[in-house]
This record gives sequence, C-alpha cells and structure tokens, in this order.
Amino acid sequence: MDSTRAGIRLADYESIVGSEALDELRVVAGYVQGRRLQNINSTAVGGGVAEILTRMVPLLRELGVEATWDVIKGDEAFFDVTKAFHNALHGKPETITDEMLECYRETIQANLSQMDFTGDVIWVHDPQPAGLITRKKQLGRAWIWRCHIDVSTPQARAWEFLAPYVEQYDASIFSMPDFAQRMSIPQFMVAPSIDPLSDKNRELEKSYVTGVLEKHHLDPERPILTQISRFDRLKDPLGVIAAYKLVKKRHDCQLVLAGGGAPDDPEGSEVLGEAQEAAGSDPDIHVLLLPPFSDLEINALVRGSTVVFQKSIKEGFGLTVSEALWKRKPVIGGAVGGIKLQIINGVTGFLVHSPEGAARRAAQLLADADLRERLGENGRLHVKQNFLLTRHVKDYMLVMLALDHPGEDVVHLC
Amino acid sequence: MPSHTEPFQFYTERRLVQLTGQTARTLPDLLSVLRVISGACIFYHTHHLFLSHHFEKPIVYNDFANWAAEALREDALAERLAAIDLLAFTAVRQLRDAIVSMIEAHLKSTGGRARECPPGDEFHFCKSKSFIMPTGIVAGDVRDFFQKVRGITNVSLYFHFLEARLRLERRTNDFSEWLRGCGEMELADAVDRLDPYVVTLDELKDQIVELGRKHGFD
Repeated sequence: MDSTRAGIRLADYESIVGSEALDELRVVAGYVQGRRLQNINSTAVGGGVAEILTRMVPLLRELGVEATWDVIKGDEAFFDVTKAFHNALHGKPETITDEMLECYRETIQANLSQMDFTGDVIWVHDPQPAGLITRKKQLGRAWIWRCHIDVSTPQARAWEFLAPYVEQYDASIFSMPDFAQRMSIPQFMVAPSIDPLSDKNRELEKSYVTGVLEKHHLDPERPILTQISRFDRLKDPLGVIAAYKLVKKRHDCQLVLAGGGAPDDPEGSEVLGEAQEAAGSDPDIHVLLLPPFSDLEINALVRGSTVVFQKSIKEGFGLTVSEALWKRKPVIGGAVGGIKLQIINGVTGFLVHSPEGAARRAAQLLADADLRERLGENGRLHVKQNFLLTRHVKDYMLVMLALDHPGEDVVHLC
Repeated sequence: MPSHTEPFQFYTERRLVQLTGQTARTLPDLLSVLRVISGACIFYHTHHLFLSHHFEKPIVYNDFANWAAEALREDALAERLAAIDLLAFTAVRQLRDAIVSMIEAHLKSTGGRARECPPGDEFHFCKSKSFIMPTGIVAGDVRDFFQKVRGITNVSLYFHFLEARLRLERRTNDFSEWLRGCGEMELADAVDRLDPYVVTLDELKDQIVELGRKHGFD
C-alpha cells in the first residue's frame, strides 16, 4: 500500500511544479468552482484508474470543485463479462455471447436503480459503467466517457455493443489519438499522469536506494540497466536480455528485469520462466519477481539504474517511461503506443525497434555520462510539463469548461 | 485586442487537445483531409511543439514535416514542409494552401507514387480548443510594459506573439500593434521583425526585453 496518500495537499506540490503551475490551476478552477463532478468507475482499489482518482478527487475538492467518486456494483459474472469486453476491445480473441451482453445490461440496470446521480458533470470511467448513460434522457446533465484503454482496433461485436452507449455521451476522453475511435461526439485527448509524491516516484534517501540494490545482490558501483514491467511477451523481456548480452561484450554492466506477477496469470509464469532460462547462469542478470505493494522498492531500483529500458512490442500508455524520466534516467523504449509521446527521440531518450537497436543505444549511453545527464534532465522537464498529476487535474477542469462552449475552437473568458 | 488608448492587458491561454477522428496513412490521404479540415487543426500541427518542447529546440516544429520524414521516409518533402516560412502568412488558410500546394507538387514529381506508413504510425489530425483568459498583469505605459513582459509565462508570450498573429488573424503580434498605438513605431517594427520560429520562447522573450533596453526602456 502506498504510504503517501493520506493528507497530501495542493501546496505539497509547489516545491515540485512551482507556484506558477499551482496558480494556473487556481485560475482554471475559478471558472468551474462549485460544480459537482461525480466520478463513476468499477473499482475502489487496484488498477490505474482507482490510483488516479484516489489522488485527484481530494485535489479537485481543494480547488473548489465538488468532486465525488462512486463505484458500480457487480457480481463475479459481471466482472468476467467486462474482462472479456476489455480484451475484445483491445482486439484480443474473445467470444462475446448474447448471455454475456444480457448480464451486462442487467447489472447496469441494477446499478441505475441504486445509484444517486448527484453530479452536474457525470464522469464515467472505462467500458464497465458506460451503460449508465441510459439515465441521461431522464436526468439531463453533462456526461463524459473517460476511456483509459485502447479501443482503436476492437473486435467488431464488442464495439458494436458499446458504441451506441458511448455515442450518447456529451464528450469522450482518450489518453492518445491512437487509442480513439471515430465517433460523432467530441473527443478530447488527456494523457495520464504520475504522482511525484507517490511511493513509486517520491525522492528517496541514497542509503535506502543502495540498501535495495544490495538486497538484490546488485553492485551500486557498476552500471545497471533496468526494465520494470510485468512478465509479458509484449514487454519483450527476452529482447531486453538479448540487448544486454550485446552490450555486455564491450561494457561492464548488470541487468535487472523486475516486475510483479499474478498467481492466476499462467502466461506471466511462463514468460518469467523463459526470462530465467535466457538469463542462464549469468550472475549479472537479475530477474526479480516482486510482491504486490513494492512501489518503494521499484522506485529505488529505478533510481539506482544507469539506463532504463521499456522495450515493449505493444504498449498502452506505458507510464513506467515517465516514472523513469522523472528520476532523470535516460530511457530506451520501443517505438509503440504512448512510449512515443514520452520519449522524444534523442532528446529524452531513444526509440528503438529491435534488440540490436536497444543495445547500440545502451552502449552509447553507458559510454557517455554527459549524454545520460542531458537526456535525463530533458526527460525530467518533459514529464514536469506534460505527465504530472497537476496537469491532469487542470485538463479535467478544462474538459468541464469545454462542455460550456461546444463547437468553439477559441473561447474568450473574462 | 490591445488598443493604443488603453493599457496593455496580458492574456494567457489554456489548451485542450481535441481529436478529429481523421487519420492518414499516405500522402494522398493527408492531402484529402488537409483540404477540408478546420484551420484550428492546421494551426495546431504547425505550432503546438513550440510550447511542448521549449527546453530544447527540436529540429522541426511542423508535425506534417515530421510525419513525412519519420513515417513515410519522404525526406525531400519533409525538408520543404519544415522550411515553410510561417511569418509569410497572416491567416491559417494561406498556410493551408501552401502546405497543400507543396504536397501536390511532390506527388506530381513522383508520378503519384504514395508510400504507406507502417501500422501504428498513422497521422492523427488534432486541434486545440483554446481558452483565452486574462493574467491580471496590466502595463500602463511602454516602460511598464518592458518591465512586466519579463515576468510573463511562455504561454502568455505564445498567445500574444504566435496565436494572435496567425490564428486570430491580427496580422502582427499584439506587442507591436500596441507599441504602434503608443507612437513607438521603430520599436514596434523591430519587435515585429523578430522571428519567433527559430528561437525558443525563452529566447524570444530575452530578445524583446533587449529591444526595449536598446530603445531606452529597461
């Protein structure tokens, strides 16, 4: 569990983002103050959406927006259905039956009869609660569908079921253009964010970082290449090991592949096994399966690294990149998904398409401390400007404001 | 719009990126959308990087040029698109015509051959929805203006120098317009001659302050 959640105030961000950024938030808040923003999602704990809302709702309230957060109720069958939807919307093979669609409709109906819709703006996150929009005809109000996943290449049956719901919203929000669908309602882009005060990102004592490295038998005095990600073929852990082996021919270094695993994820165990096999007996390759709630340890591993990889073959937004850039680490990332927004090639890191490309860039970075420093500083600034929670809060308030001015590209405010 | 009879009000803007749902995989795709898409879209793709990356000068600020180079490997066209002199235009429609003509000429020169971008590298047309709001900073006279301009944000500078001139079709930047109204013709012209497209916003601000200093307003 993140130890930093309780009692964080807007002022705590001032030393990080500067007073100007907070003033800017207050100026925008002045236009939406007093409005009731009701968030609705499918889980109160676990997952990126819950993590963001936990931090964002108190900040919005502090800014004068009456933000609230409700969670829909559903049984196991419902969440099995929405998991299948999730996969199908991502384009994975998944059978969607009529019974599953009926289960979805019934659960939405049950939630409609129990939930109080108190918001002036009702902000519905992801596909699970999307069907609640059917209440709009009766209630009115402004409804926004915030889609955190990539629905650009969905299975037709899943999208054909979801689209009529989504088209009833006043606007939708996607994390990047590549994730969106062509729709008749306005679509905004709001990138996700990291919280610089969370356990995963906050500053750490050097002694703690060293302690974590030593705990995992890493030598703090020698260069460390690291990839933090779950053991998934799409994260290409074997490609990272191949890159490391190429680098190792000329440069002394260690490799860390660290990630969590779920006991019910057979593919994860398989990929972990493959990574361990590829690592062989090389004592400088450290394949670490971390337990849940290891955020501080992950933070320390990244801070103790020389270069960070996120060599994904397919990726959602890939916020692990921003997490590393925030710690002033140059990142070598696969040129896919949201990684392309976070790594400005040659400025905050390098985009690559192959283990050979990753190895070449890693070798270049290991040999050039100035380059590492320059990319690291640029990366920190890029994240500060674009991928911190405070920017995310501002964008959400602007979306509320945008609903007051439909069809206007330039809005003059007094 | 500042007027010579009034103090100068510094404004700033906040932006939301709006997706249009229009995409392109080839130059003919790009061309067909460019001909009809809103001016806000053209402005966004030729200007948003000025605000995004002011900590380091990117080689090219123009998304169309970057896409032609990186996704289509059309280097000659990319160079030409990147070299478009944005100061030569006072309205986005003129800029649109120039980009369209350039791509048409390129396609003609290649006999209509059109490369397709790799999957995942499609061009996504976006636009910004801009909210213009007062900063509360007001300059009563020219000396006061050059004092206060030092403290404005890059976003405010971007609005008065880039957005006002081209997107809002004010023909010049707001600063020069106001300085002319104050009778400072030479200084107004000097500010107008600054090229905001080859420097960072921080450097542009320094140049404006320096011009003021040279004219005795420091």
